[in-house]
Formats: sequence, structure tokens, C-alpha cells
Amino acid sequence: MLQHDYTTSQLDVLEAEAIHIMREVAAEFERPCLLFSGGKDSIVMLRIAEKAFWPAPIPFPLMHVDTGHNFPEVIDYRDRRAAELGARLVVASVQDSIDAGRVVEETGRRASRNRLQTTTLLDGIEENEFDAVFGGARRDEEKARAKERVFSFRDDFGQWDPKNQRPELWNLYNAKIRKGEHIRVFPLSNWTELDVWDYIRREGIEIPSIYFAHTRRVFERDGMLLPEGDVVQRGDDEPLFEATVRYRTVGDMTCTGAVTSTAATVDEIIAEIAATRITERGATRADDRASEAAMEDRKKEGYF
Amino acid sequence: MDILRFATAGSVDDGKSTLIGRLLFDSKAIFEDQLEAVERTSRDRGTEYTDLSLLTDGLRAEREQGITIDVAYRYFATPKRKFIIADTPGHIQYTRNMVTGASTADLAIILIDARKGVLEQSRRHAFLTTLLRVPHLVVAINKMDLVDYAEERFEEIREEFTQFASKLNASDLSFIPISALHGDNVVSRSENMPWYQGPSLLHHLEHVHIASDRNLVDVRFPVQYVIRPHKTEFHDYRGYAGQVAGGVLKPGDEVMHLPSGLTTKIASIDTFDGPVTEAFAPMSVTLRLEDHLDISRGDMICRPNNQPKVAQEIDAMVCWMADATKLTPRTKLTIKHTTRTARALVKDLHYRLDVNTLHRDEAATSLSLNEIGRVSLRITQPLFVDDYARNRLTGGFILIDEATNGTVGAGMIV
Ligand SMILES: Nc1nc2c(ncn2[C@@H]2O[C@H](COP(=O)(O)OP(=O)(O)O)[C@@H](O)[C@H]2O)c(=O)[nH]1
Repeated sequence: MLQHDYTTSQLDVLEAEAIHIMREVAAEFERPCLLFSGGKDSIVMLRIAEKAFWPAPIPFPLMHVDTGHNFPEVIDYRDRRAAELGARLVVASVQDSIDAGRVVEETGRRASRNRLQTTTLLDGIEENEFDAVFGGARRDEEKARAKERVFSFRDDFGQWDPKNQRPELWNLYNAKIRKGEHIRVFPLSNWTELDVWDYIRREGIEIPSIYFAHTRRVFERDGMLLPEGDVVQRGDDEPLFEATVRYRTVGDMTCTGAVTSTAATVDEIIAEIAATRITERGATRADDRASEAAMEDRKKEGYF
Repeated sequence: MDILRFATAGSVDDGKSTLIGRLLFDSKAIFEDQLEAVERTSRDRGTEYTDLSLLTDGLRAEREQGITIDVAYRYFATPKRKFIIADTPGHIQYTRNMVTGASTADLAIILIDARKGVLEQSRRHAFLTTLLRVPHLVVAINKMDLVDYAEERFEEIREEFTQFASKLNASDLSFIPISALHGDNVVSRSENMPWYQGPSLLHHLEHVHIASDRNLVDVRFPVQYVIRPHKTEFHDYRGYAGQVAGGVLKPGDEVMHLPSGLTTKIASIDTFDGPVTEAFAPMSVTLRLEDHLDISRGDMICRPNNQPKVAQEIDAMVCWMADATKLTPRTKLTIKHTTRTARALVKDLHYRLDVNTLHRDEAATSLSLNEIGRVSLRITQPLFVDDYARNRLTGGFILIDEATNGTVGAGMIV
């Protein structure tokens, strides 16, 4: 007779799986890195990396693709957390890519650096010779992600070919690549938005302040609340007003919408998400609204 | 709350997408913006009702062809459980996807169109499910609304399937009559089928007992990564990190290291959150041992009186997954088994199995894409293996093409 029934809770199963994935990568690749944006998914990923190698330090650097349009609160958090862990932080800057003539800044009211990030990211991977790149993407986020592998193979142009992905069986991941190719690794593939929040609550992890309700001057565009800010271009027909809001995702200030909310604690956020009827991307990301196939197209080019 | 992973299989148009769409919709895993997009597309295509199957159509190429061609993963939760669906398409050519989806599944749902009954493809799905040792099998007999919710039809199909399944020694087998389109017996019991006394599909998924499906008997700990902090605080720390593949480990237990055959005791089982008093699958932990042994990735920790086979010659059922190449005797491949990677040579192909009739073709000289056969392999290094039937984690392996690096085969040790 067994003493108990050895049931494992969903967060423990997801955590154990993610730790396993991280250790596989550390064992099989020479130069992994972890994409750390200061967003909630990458925060969870970083905590898992901390757990996977404890008591040793995380055996790879962090990389952030800095668009220059990020929320300052998030950049502060990023730097603080990296310092706390004693991790090396590589910042790949979209501004540098623009200055070097690698990409051309979009113009107009809806200009965004979202698409430009792909070039900066791929350049950063190439310059640092990273062969495995951890990303915080989840399969529940978006249709095109539902078929994404945990180890997602990228050719030497950094491109993703949905028709040429390796089957993944059991907990066995194929880490073989040639020079110049790399693998994007998604340890949180099987997590949902709610799992991420439940985990943040359980672990008591600090998160950037913009995730909690705060008063902010915003304006409305396409049914989204965009923030006032130096980098955000606002028309005269888009009046500013003050609102109590929070963010469900953190992206660029130019294209990340806030939701009206009074949730001031992680518990309140969880209660709100459990009741919400709109996906996080649908609610808050202008970049995904462009078309039904928007994410798929960006992924093929090498986006996160 | 725990997690149930299940795979769905059905022939084209049996209603798989509709069923998944309904499970997601009724469990509120579908959000308004997703539903709006689907309503819009349904309207554009001139469909009268909202086509829930659109919710699960993934990539654009597939949308354009109107078929699902790769394993897609979906998520929903009820207050009882979190569910991960491996949505595997049922086309004849996609055995590969079904095998992939089933490899991690606790349960498989096979859909059958009540009008058509048990087809050749239903047999194939049942066979693959048992080959991959999915512990629980549910046969969902769909479109009951189109056969007047008739008990006789349900019984007919149940009988035919049961007869066939007895040849497969399928484990836990259940039958549920449903209408995915109208929702009968999907979330709640149907009033249209008072003759059916069993649970609704969702109720079954919420309550099926899975904790004891894991191997809790044979201690198997494949060493994944050696942790050596090189910090003053943990100067002499040496931990062996890995995910438990079988059995229950406790501090103080006598253990054996393979390949050396040396024994020692577990000094402690460490995690970031502190030491634990026991570890079992699927926990990821770090073991410290009382004696200093030379241990590296790919080694195995087990119990002295319960060891895996140490084998350089293995026999396995192999599913071939490559478009461009075939498996033939003399083929050289890379094999990945637990945390050990080695080279393998195909010594013999004993037979190719017809997945529809279970006929063994002993004259076969190769395996092509989506074909399954019994193969002998010689490995350059010993592997620490169990029969797949005893432990899916120490009995399964993948084969990698040394030229393209693609994953070209999946094997189950027999
Ligand atoms: N009458 C009826 N039609 C159904 C049922 N389930 C699915 N269908 C229809 O059968 C067709 C194929 O369903 P779909 O879910 O796309 O099948 P798939 O190819 O297995 O994913 C669609 O027109 C569905 O509306 C059912 O329970 N009753």
C-alpha cells in the first residue's frame, strides 16, 4: 500500500517540466541565453532557471531586446533583477539597429518598433553566437503558437518553418543543430496565463508595478487605452484623460494597451483574469490585431 | 488540482474539431475575441451556425487547405483539473502525429461517427494508442443525433470495437455516446439518451484516476546535469540533477550507480525550496550521495535489487517519421534515450506491421514515413532500459538522422 496517492499539483508538474527543459539545454548547448524582458512570462522563466541550477548560479546570460519604447518601470525592474541574480545582461538595442542602418524606423501615428525587433534579436543572437534562446511564449497565447514545439528549430536565417519542425515525444528533445542554426526553447509551452499568475502568487515573486492598478494619463485608440509618453504619437482627436488601469502584458508603450482595473494585488489580478472573457493579446496588443495571421507571419521571419 | 493530458483521434469529419471546440467553449476557455473571429469567418463562409471547429484550426496553410496537419496543443481547466489536449489529425498519412501526441497522453479519445461505425482508421487509432501505452481509452461515439440517439446503434458499435480491442489488450476502455454539435453527454448528461447510465465525457475526464499510472515501483533516475556551484558557500557541493523516471526515492536509501555498479546512499534530495523527504515522477530534483562516485550525464541511478537492463543490443517497435529517407538494415542513426545520446546501427528489421490489419510482413526490407516495424539495434554505448510496457520514460527513445539532424524515428523497447 502506498502511503499517499502521489498526486502532483498542476503547478508542480509544470515547474518540473520546465526545469527539465532548462537542464537539457544547459547540458546540450554551448551558448544558451534567456530572453528577459521584465514581462511576467520571462520573470517566471527566470525563477525557474534559478531553481533548475541552484545552488549554482544560472549558467547562461540574459538578453533583452530593448526597443527604446519600453516602460521605464519595466527597465528598472529588469536591471534590478539581473543584478540581484548576478546574471550577465546583454542588451540588444533597436535604436542601435536603426543607427546602423539595419532597419528603418516606421513613421506616422501608428509607427511601432515591434517588427524591427526581429532584426535586432537575430543580430544579437548571431553576434553573441547563441545556439539556444529561451523564450517565454506559451501555446495558449495565440493560434499560431498552438503547434509550436518546445525546442523550435530555426535555420541560419533565424527563420521558422512550420512545415519542418521536429516531432517531440515523451520528454526527449532533439538538440542537434549545425553551426549558425539555433533553437528557440519554450519551457512555459504548457502554461496558461492563469498558471503564470498562480505561480507568481505561490512563489511570491516581485513583478513590475505596471501590472497593478495605478492612475495614468491615457487616450483611446481602436478601443484600446494607450499611455501618454514621449515615444507615443497622439493625434489632436485623441484626447488624454486620467484612468485607473493596469497592464496584462508588457510590450512597447506605442502598442500595448492598458485595461481598466482596480486590481492592486496578485490575488485581485487572478480573480479578474479568471472572470475575464478576452484573451490577453486580443485585449492589449495592437500588433496582433493587424490580421488573423499576423503572429504566424512574424514568427516565420524569426520573431520571438 | 492535477493535470490530465489527453490526445484526440478521429477520421476526417468525425467531429473532432467540433468536440474540442465545444469542450473549450463550455469550459469557458474560449474568449470573446476568439469567438468573434470565428463567428466572422463562419459568416464569411456562409455557414449557418458558428463553426466551433474553426477555433482549433491553427496555421494559415492549414486553414487554407481546410485541414489540420500537425499536432496542436490546447488548454482548458475546470475546478477539478487542468487539461492539455494533444489534438492529432486523423488522416491516413499522419501516424507520426498520433504517435507524437499519444507519447505523453494519460488518456486518448477516439471519435467514431455513429453512422459509419468502426472504420479501418478507428482500428488504427486504437492500435496506436495501445502501442504507445496510453493508459486510458475513451471511444466517443459521435453524431448520435443523426441516428436518432438509438441505443442499438451505440451497442452495435461498442460490441464491434470491444471485439477488436481485445486483440490489443487495451487497458481501461470506456464508451460514451455523444453529439459534439449539440452538446449531448459532452459536459452534462443528455436527456436525449436516458438509456445511457454512464458519466458525461467531461465528467469522465475530470475523474479518471491517473496518479497510479506512473511507475512508482522501479527507482530510475537518469542523471541529467551535474551541479557544482564553485562558490565558497557551497564549496564541496556536488549534486546530480534530473527528473525522476520511476519509483520513489528517499534520503538514506541505498542506491546503485550505472554503469559502474557501485552502491552508495542518498544523502539528501535537494530543491531550491529546500530538501524533500521523497521524490517520484515527474519531479525534477537534485540528489546528493554519501560517497564520491564518478557520475556524469547519461548515467542512471537505481536500486541494487531492482536494476534496468544494461543493453547494447535492443529490440524495439519503431515508428518511422521521415519523409525523405527510409529505415533499412545497416542504417546508422543517433539515438537519444533518457539523458543518454549514442549512435545506433539497424541490425535487423524483423517485420513491418500493417497498422490497420495488424498483419506482420516479414518480407519487408524497409520502413517508410508512418510505417511501424520491429527492429533490432546495436548501440555504441550501453543504455539503461526497461520494457516500454513497464516504463514509458525508460522504454522510449528517439532516432535522429545524422545528416539532417531531423527526428526520424520513435522507438518503444520490447
Ligand atoms: N449532426 C452532427 N454533426 C456533427 C457532429 N459533430 C460534428 N458534426 C459536423 O460534422 C462535420 C465535421 O466536423 P469537424 O469537427 O470539422 O470534424 P473533424 O474533421 O473530425 O475535425 C461538421 O460539419 C460538423 O458540424 C454531431 O455531433 N452531430
